[in-house]
Amino acid sequence: MQQRTRREFVRDGLSAVAMGWAAPGFLSELARAQTGHSRNLVVLYLGGGNDALSFLVPYTDPAYYERRPKLAIPADQIIDIGADSTGHPLGLHPELTGLKTIFDDGALALLQRTGYPDSSRSHFRGTDVFSTADPDRPQGRGWLGHYLDTLPGPVDPLTAWNTQQQLPRSFLANRVGVPSIPNLSTYAFSSPNSAFSLEEAEYSRMSAKRIVAHGATSARNTHVAFVNSTVQAAFDTLDRVGVVAAHVPTAEYPQTALGGALSAVGSAVASGAGTKLYWVQTGGYDTHARQDTLTGNYARLMRTLNGAVSAFYTDLKNQRLLEQTVVLVFSEFGRRVSENGSAGTDHGSGGLMFAFGGRVRGGIYGRAASLEQRSDNPDLEYGGRDVRFETDFRAVYARIIDHWLGADSSQILGADFRQAGVEFI
Amino acid sequence: MAVLEPAVGHLLRRAGFGASEQEAGVWNELGVRAAIDKLVDYELTPNPVDTGIGGTARLGITSNGPFNPNDEIVDARQRWLFRMVYTARPLQEKMALFWHDHFATGYGKLTGQLGGEGATRALAQVPAEYIDRRQREGVGQVPRGQLELFRDLALGNYRDLLLAVAQDVAMVAWLDGDTNIRYFPQENFARELMELFSVGVDHFTEEDVYAGARVFTGWNLKRHDFARGNDQRSDFYWSPDRHDDGPKTFSFPIYRDGRRTIPARSAMDGFQDGIDLIEALAGHPETGAFLCRKLYAFFVNDTGPIDERVVQRLARTYYATGFNMREVVRELFQSREFQDPVNYWARYSWPVEYVVRIFKEVGCAGFSANQALSPLANMGQTLFEPPDVAGWSTGASWMSTATMLARMNFASALSENQRFALRTAALDHGLSSEAVLDYFLGRMTVPPLDVDSRQELLNYLNANEAYVGTRIQAWFKGAGLAHLIAASPEYQFV
Repeated sequence: MQQRTRREFVRDGLSAVAMGWAAPGFLSELARAQTGHSRNLVVLYLGGGNDALSFLVPYTDPAYYERRPKLAIPADQIIDIGADSTGHPLGLHPELTGLKTIFDDGALALLQRTGYPDSSRSHFRGTDVFSTADPDRPQGRGWLGHYLDTLPGPVDPLTAWNTQQQLPRSFLANRVGVPSIPNLSTYAFSSPNSAFSLEEAEYSRMSAKRIVAHGATSARNTHVAFVNSTVQAAFDTLDRVGVVAAHVPTAEYPQTALGGALSAVGSAVASGAGTKLYWVQTGGYDTHARQDTLTGNYARLMRTLNGAVSAFYTDLKNQRLLEQTVVLVFSEFGRRVSENGSAGTDHGSGGLMFAFGGRVRGGIYGRAASLEQRSDNPDLEYGGRDVRFETDFRAVYARIIDHWLGADSSQILGADFRQAGVEFI
Repeated sequence: MAVLEPAVGHLLRRAGFGASEQEAGVWNELGVRAAIDKLVDYELTPNPVDTGIGGTARLGITSNGPFNPNDEIVDARQRWLFRMVYTARPLQEKMALFWHDHFATGYGKLTGQLGGEGATRALAQVPAEYIDRRQREGVGQVPRGQLELFRDLALGNYRDLLLAVAQDVAMVAWLDGDTNIRYFPQENFARELMELFSVGVDHFTEEDVYAGARVFTGWNLKRHDFARGNDQRSDFYWSPDRHDDGPKTFSFPIYRDGRRTIPARSAMDGFQDGIDLIEALAGHPETGAFLCRKLYAFFVNDTGPIDERVVQRLARTYYATGFNMREVVRELFQSREFQDPVNYWARYSWPVEYVVRIFKEVGCAGFSANQALSPLANMGQTLFEPPDVAGWSTGASWMSTATMLARMNFASALSENQRFALRTAALDHGLSSEAVLDYFLGRMTVPPLDVDSRQELLNYLNANEAYVGTRIQAWFKGAGLAHLIAASPEYQFV
């Protein structure tokens, strides 16, 4: 019987690649060969619409205090990080002490006023736009899914790693499957006899592995063979995820879901899992009411974010792995300049993206918006309600694709979005 | 206990969710022809399935507080799973699943507009269970949830189904129909009506979408906000004063005589515009084939190319019977192609089908449907939450390392839970590895295994000592074998 190396199945425009049979060791070699410098990109999505103005604060703009009497952070509580290119002094939310450390290391790039024309203020649509990089038709595969599809096959099953239970659209590819590994310890093969006898559980596991090893090469039709190959790939990822699970981090991560997810990513990077793309997300940013920037909801969000991100940064720095990692953080939109009647903010437009990593050129990019509510204020839109975007988010993506992933951003994004002013990597 | 005849098993896996050991004998007795009629003419079979919820020795339900499937989405999901396992009308429940995917409407977005309970009601409410509500709220009629609409019109007239869906609260909210008003037509519903529900993407123009949007202006919702906080309800509400009463012209004929323009009408008569457009779309020459292709992939084969001759034959029936889905589906099952063994096992099971089939074939007494919800999400399918309006990506797209692990581990959890019954079954059916393997393969209706796979399973049974049917061996191997079979690649197909 001929050994099957690769098959593609096309189904309504979608296809999936079957892994050829190969021993786990070989696959890790393959992964390393594919990844070259074993660079990786961690995408962190803040779900709900992060209030950029509470994160990176224009604390000397009088309009900031006029338009947010309850939500504005007093200037003396801000963590000063200097000024942007137009001389606007800016500071970080007081909880972001860890980010300040990263900024001082020159490894944190803050990208102000990112967005796109006619910004959607819908969570679903906004997230889909950022996921597909296509504001006009935000359906189908994601921008990183598209990137995965351009990789030469056979693509290592752990090339991308999703820390959430559901696959995000950004990682949705036509031909490459992405494992969802929300929990390192439960990503395992279960046997009904595990609780009674480790020996019996092992018999189950060995049988299952042997059955699919046969089936991948000799199954009666290509579809059954494909499922066999998929399970084989699953077994292979299990072993490698098991290695990651056994790794001990060098920093103490907070006991939050975000902390756990970044801890897993840190362990995967340190274990040489060979993964190129990681997806992490955390939610709660849709602060319509009682935002309580300084002491309540938003402060808690910042504390959670800061704690997990600092631990991750420290963990990688300790192991000298910062050089090969870039973390890109985004949210589906920013929020209104003025606070609303419920001491919160409504969906807005231009927001903040940021990135950090050993190779990132730290600093403040873009120009802070003047928040003065004047009809002729070009920095605002929608009657002065929202911050107008200045840098298309696709320019940020293009920079990552061209200069970090080593691919062609025009091909991936469908057009040329390269521009000056986003040389953060 | 009987083993399903191959042709009967094929029919039941496609037209329903398989059969338990207890049910197999009954279906075998009927034979394929009579079984088709029993499945298709399901009204002749009484089906008080919901009254069985909570019964002993059945699939269980776990809820946060009292069981409330009309207001709590988690309970609604469990109720639907329960129905799929125990229904006396498998094809009705299967068609409801088909329509749910076809008219894909998602709970998450609806919660933003209707609240959590409102969204559940819009999707799953059974009107008859709302006597209290009617009295308390003083309303005459409680609208049926979208799932109940699909069950009522499962094999009905497709034009009637389209018209009902256009007035369904969940659909109207989902596709923003409630903001579709004169001077500000909202295109979402008109677009999906043409692109996803009738003619398909290449057979209409942007102008058609705009005209269609104008047709449905005024097809809105009326919200009733009651004093008790979250107890919000919306009903479909036709607003003549918000209807665009001008003429609407399309690129395809609307009326039998070929006219392509819906005439200007008085606002009061404007509802007829929608009826006319839906009638035209149901009868459009592309719609029959579009629908029948989906039916073919769902019922006959999704691992190979679609047989266009079958599709065209079924489409002819669709038009000849005036869009009668019952006759289309009956013809599909009676067709030579459907019954051809080459189409046995030629379809990837949907996660929900996988779970319900294991429930029926391995057993589920005392297992809670709630324990299947998270695994189903990991397999890629949460009921009432399709990824977007285009529905789920089916076929090979169900398969990934994570989704296969989810299926395999769910099979393990269920087998572990059912191990007492599985031990008894093993003890009753064999004092040798061959005998017990043959029994399980028959009960779990697996396609004929190749020699190597069969040998591996025998090796598993004989792993540390020859299997002779002792109690301790049956304790381990009964559950273990059920797991390995359900986790096998062959078992992922129906």
